[in-house]
Amino acid sequence: MPAPPRATRADLARIAELVSPGARVLDVGCGDGHLLEILRDERSVDGRGVELSQTGVNACVARGLSVVQGDADTDLADYPESAFDFVILSQTIQATQNPREVMSQMMRIGARVIVSFPNFGHWKVRAHLAVNGTMPITSTLDYQWWETPNIHLCTLKDFVALCDLLGAQVERAIVLGSAGTARTFKGPPGWWANLTAEQAIFLLECP
Amino acid sequence: MHRFGAEQPLALDGGINLTPFEIAYQTYGTLNADKSNAVLICHALTGDQYAADTNPNTGKPGWWQHMVGPGKPIDTDRFFVICQNVIGGCLGTTGPTATNPATGEPYGLNFPVITIGDMVRAQAMLVDALGIDQLFCVAGGSMGGMQVLEWCASYPQRVFSAMPIATAARHSAQNIAFHEVGRQAIMADPVWNGGTYTADAHPTKGLAVARMAAHITYLSEAALHRKFGRNLQDRENVTYGFEADFQIESYLRHQGFTFVDRFDANAYLFITRAMDYFDLAADHARRTKAAGTTGTLADAFRGTDTRFCVASFTSDWLYPTSESREIVRALNAVAANVSFVEIESDKGHDAFLLDEPELFATISGFIDASARARGLQEA
Repeated sequence: MPAPPRATRADLARIAELVSPGARVLDVGCGDGHLLEILRDERSVDGRGVELSQTGVNACVARGLSVVQGDADTDLADYPESAFDFVILSQTIQATQNPREVMSQMMRIGARVIVSFPNFGHWKVRAHLAVNGTMPITSTLDYQWWETPNIHLCTLKDFVALCDLLGAQVERAIVLGSAGTARTFKGPPGWWANLTAEQAIFLLECP
Repeated sequence: MHRFGAEQPLALDGGINLTPFEIAYQTYGTLNADKSNAVLICHALTGDQYAADTNPNTGKPGWWQHMVGPGKPIDTDRFFVICQNVIGGCLGTTGPTATNPATGEPYGLNFPVITIGDMVRAQAMLVDALGIDQLFCVAGGSMGGMQVLEWCASYPQRVFSAMPIATAARHSAQNIAFHEVGRQAIMADPVWNGGTYTADAHPTKGLAVARMAAHITYLSEAALHRKFGRNLQDRENVTYGFEADFQIESYLRHQGFTFVDRFDANAYLFITRAMDYFDLAADHARRTKAAGTTGTLADAFRGTDTRFCVASFTSDWLYPTSESREIVRALNAVAANVSFVEIESDKGHDAFLLDEPELFATISGFIDASARARGLQEA
């Protein structure tokens, strides 16, 4: 079993701000439950999680969170339509087998979807490949190519294209730069953001 | 012991009213003023009401003494724990060893066939008698887990949180097959006599064989190998005969022969039958819909507000993880509040009775979070 995707967690506080207090939330790939705990303690959220790793699930349940051991790629089909106000996929989409299907399922079971991921369009990534000619290793993508669980990396532009394909409206986008700077967009961010964002968070409205 | 007289019959799924009947139970801890801290523990096939104190019949510690007690995951300083002997049993609750009021003789095989639903209905009557509207938690493993699921389906408002452990929502064909081997062993015993046997001559050989066969299913090859391997028992060489040459043989014989001192053969028949008949989806459909309709397992849980924590063990081949996943899938389908953990253990089905730190962490975390949600005070 590959290790869960590593990433800086500057996105967690930002994601929490996007969630309405008291909402019903499903966190897909919830890891050790850090985000669910923030949501429960600070936003009074009724949260559930799905996590592949046993260590993650055990940590969550021991922290009193409701988490089911399962696989985002296969287990979301078990949930009914519109069961949640928000379905969150934080730093996990790049590790799924079929991101398009995972996104469709999330849109089916949630009124809104929040996705955060490392931006493969960031200039450092582009420069690394251009200059070194090897697969980029950065603070948000710190694996060698042969050990990485991140099998479906994308850029901001790629992700927006998938949203268009699935008919999801970008309600808000937050891009995080290298220095921890954050910028918020109404609607999809542009080319400059795609070049300068290390991570991105999208709040999508499902049709 | 609580006695239910003729005015309170137990309406059995088989269509018979059992009356009178009594329920043997133990309690631990103190019921709080608003009766919101009651935890019902449901025992497995050959378990009993002595979950957390010394069993007076065997002198052995309670079967869930690791789990239930002061400062334990199910903390008796904080919760009022009830554990009953199931209907059809032989350790105080009315079962085939009880006197049939119609004949003045023990019921034997004339005891009505009971179901998991009947066991739970009897439990609910005791919970009523104790004046408890809603149980804070219903917990149990194996057959106890079946009772937990039955509680959640039959009395959803009366269960705040539930822990079905190492169990299934219906008994599999393989498990029915194992039970049938046990029952046939009992019925083949020459003194079984159609269920009419005396206290000084009861079918110990058949019951011991039934227990030996069942005991294998509770363990795993890894656990058996670690404990016994092919080691010989008190000898250097095999005897080329049918003595218990191997340690595993001697262990199983011991398990079989100690079991017959504490368990009744007919009760074993009735309780294994109750487990075989268990199919929560079908049972629920039968009770709630027109005859002939088949329900889904999700239907049994629709609209539930109960918080669930389902747990399975990696090496349990009697109630494998796939069976627990069926339960979780059904709960997800109705957007229930459910946690599910598959616990890494090589100890087989019996792991739920043993000292398993990961199980304790899971249960403690779940109980504490549920207690917070229920507004219960810290111990």
